[in-house]
Amino acid sequence: MKRVGVFVCHCGTNIAGVVDCAKVAEVAKDFPGVEYSVDYKYMCSEPGQEMIKKAIKDNRLDRVVVASCSPRMHETTFRKCVEGGGLNAYFVEMANIREHCSWVHMNEKEKATEKAIDLVKMAVAKVIKNAPLQKATIPVTDRALVIGGGIAGIQAAIDIANAGHIVDIVERDPSIGGKMAQIDKTFPTLDCSACILTPKMVEASSHPNINLITYSEIEKVEGFVGNFNVTIRKKARSVNMDVCTGCGVCMEKCPSKVDSEFELAMSKRRAIYTPFPQAIPNKPVIDRVNCTYFKTGKCGICQKVCMAGAVDYSQEDKFVVTRYGAIVVATGFELFDYSVYGEYGYGKYPDVITGLQFERLVNASGPTMGKIKRPSDHKEPKNVVFIKCVGSRDVAKGKSYCSKACCMYTAKHATLVSEKIKDSNVYIFYMDVRTAGKGYDEFYNRTREQYEANYIRGRVSKIYQKGDKLIVRGEDTLISRPVEVEADLVVLATAMVAQPDAAKLAQKIGIGYDKDDLYTEAHPKLAPVETHTQGVYLAGACQGPKDIPESVAQGSAAAAKVCGLLSKSEMLTEPIVSEVDERACAGCEMCVPICPYTAIEMKTISERVHGKMLERKVASVNSGLCQGCGACTVTCRSAAINLKHFTDEQILAEVNALCL
Amino acid sequence: MSVNEVEQKWEPKILVFACNWCTYAGADLAGLGRLQYPPNARILRVPCSGRVNPQFIIKAFQRGVDGVLVAGCHPGDCHYTTGNYFTRRRFLLMRRLMEYMGMEPERLQNRWISGSEGPKVQQVITEITEEIRALGPNRKLRDDQWNN
Repeated sequence: MKRVGVFVCHCGTNIAGVVDCAKVAEVAKDFPGVEYSVDYKYMCSEPGQEMIKKAIKDNRLDRVVVASCSPRMHETTFRKCVEGGGLNAYFVEMANIREHCSWVHMNEKEKATEKAIDLVKMAVAKVIKNAPLQKATIPVTDRALVIGGGIAGIQAAIDIANAGHIVDIVERDPSIGGKMAQIDKTFPTLDCSACILTPKMVEASSHPNINLITYSEIEKVEGFVGNFNVTIRKKARSVNMDVCTGCGVCMEKCPSKVDSEFELAMSKRRAIYTPFPQAIPNKPVIDRVNCTYFKTGKCGICQKVCMAGAVDYSQEDKFVVTRYGAIVVATGFELFDYSVYGEYGYGKYPDVITGLQFERLVNASGPTMGKIKRPSDHKEPKNVVFIKCVGSRDVAKGKSYCSKACCMYTAKHATLVSEKIKDSNVYIFYMDVRTAGKGYDEFYNRTREQYEANYIRGRVSKIYQKGDKLIVRGEDTLISRPVEVEADLVVLATAMVAQPDAAKLAQKIGIGYDKDDLYTEAHPKLAPVETHTQGVYLAGACQGPKDIPESVAQGSAAAAKVCGLLSKSEMLTEPIVSEVDERACAGCEMCVPICPYTAIEMKTISERVHGKMLERKVASVNSGLCQGCGACTVTCRSAAINLKHFTDEQILAEVNALCL
Repeated sequence: MSVNEVEQKWEPKILVFACNWCTYAGADLAGLGRLQYPPNARILRVPCSGRVNPQFIIKAFQRGVDGVLVAGCHPGDCHYTTGNYFTRRRFLLMRRLMEYMGMEPERLQNRWISGSEGPKVQQVITEITEEIRALGPNRKLRDDQWNN
């Protein structure tokens, strides 16, 4: 027979003001198994905890029930307390008589007391069946993986590497740098983006603890916190990285030209290419889809001109499996495909461009060498119209959220137009101007006052061509008048959206994503870089729209979490996991697909039946992967799987107790 | 005591299976906000609504509980990614089974309450308490050997 001690807390008057605590303690004495019962003003206080420890010793208690606040508040406190009293930490249960009783039944004192008694009774019934559980230790691999080599990923990798851990950055493009490499200037300081990014890229590539794995993708993620086995597909570069000197002759001689992704189709690149001159690693890859040699088997010019003999057409995709202790997902964003807005004339008018294309137009290393020229006739535009919230804050056609950075980058674009083009006019159609951030609102005001950008509050209903002008028709809702602007160039502030394959990657890693395929953090306020999968962290715009400072901050935050995890060679795991009773398991494999963590595998055991050795398959739970949801327990037809600490017996005991 | 008096004194007893991450947290929030609701519901904490075995529900009715609420995170928001989808399917089957057994299916309820929806906890428990009160005591499945 178990000896249970019941400790009823007054929580000052929070509980005692409604519930008759003395009565609860008195009645609890008669519950089966209860040896000792007492009430006290503050159980969580030092004297309260001492009282519990003393009572355990004096009354030889082996189970404890604390009737007080929510276990979400103080379960850890009391687990430590009973451990200090010499019991297993899991020999304590809490009855929530504050949040679930006294605070919500303030006017029904008698019924609240009755309910408190019931809750204590349930906790007593459960705690009697509590089994001793031990936290296990698992080894931690001292190596981190950063997926995505944009600014967030680079920052995370540098911070982790500086703390002394080995980091691999996997980037699917031929170069790291991400979207920030395409941007011209950064708000609100108008720093040159490349000037602040490229040193970071160089630092990442030359850091002794960082390995760049570019032109590679994540194929498969197995394992669990501390021990992820990640399969990385190294796509065939067709260029031997060890031999290539990066001289660039091959890129000059290559005869096939295609639209450059980096320049957003505003200029051409070759089939053997680096995305941009400052690329890191600055060694080319062959785009096999557009390469004449791969299409026809003829050409081979790049191989002939390469002095180092680095071009190797026979390369194939390689798969490497590496073990990591932690993963940072920093896959960034893509731009919203605004073709759903027919009124903006997507594809019809070459002079309607996106904000990112505009960045390339003003960039000194861009297709126009930094001179703003419209794509159609390369003339300098005089009237430039900006349209904000293209795809953002539009539940019907776009995304419901605000993309956050567009108000600021549009203001930045407006100042750049005014600075670069004399006598230019800027018109900005907006829904709201949202410029929260250090120095942001000041920047916006400067744009309006000093650079005289015309902010027009209203949406654009139509853009159409008239001669070589684009007529932008909309409404100024502040004066309730229709407006028409003759524009030379229209720039759309398109929404930031998740990468098209974001959901697929999330499924590979086993992290959550929302309706917009943005990755979900463990808690929006208190765990903003963690995911629900232990050991996987988020950084940058893959979690939600962010500007550069926020992405960098989140990259550093994720790095801090990774360092915390990797700083120890072993880590403790929560013992509340499923376990299989192999005697009862029929090997039906129903539990295998239901597990969201792929923690259940089938294994073969041999056993002696009637003097013969027989082999059969049974389920086996990987306690490192199991997160303790209990979905498998309900699926098991032979009740062979049980969830520790929430066993069928424990829950049924609670149900029984409630009805006694 | 006459039968009528017993009947008048009767208060519905409702068992709530609340998932640790959403509904239990929501109920804590209702407490923090001092949102008052009838004291008939007893909340039993489970890690996930997907942990609730239909067996628990049937046993509860056998032991004389008048109503059962299974509450978890909103579909798509499950802490364990998919747990509440299984709850949803089981709930539909369980309701069919209850009809088959001759029980009022309304005695079993299923709601999605997130950790930030304190007022919804108040509203749902108030609503369900009234609904079960209108149905009267659970006599169909109640096994009196458990109730002396």
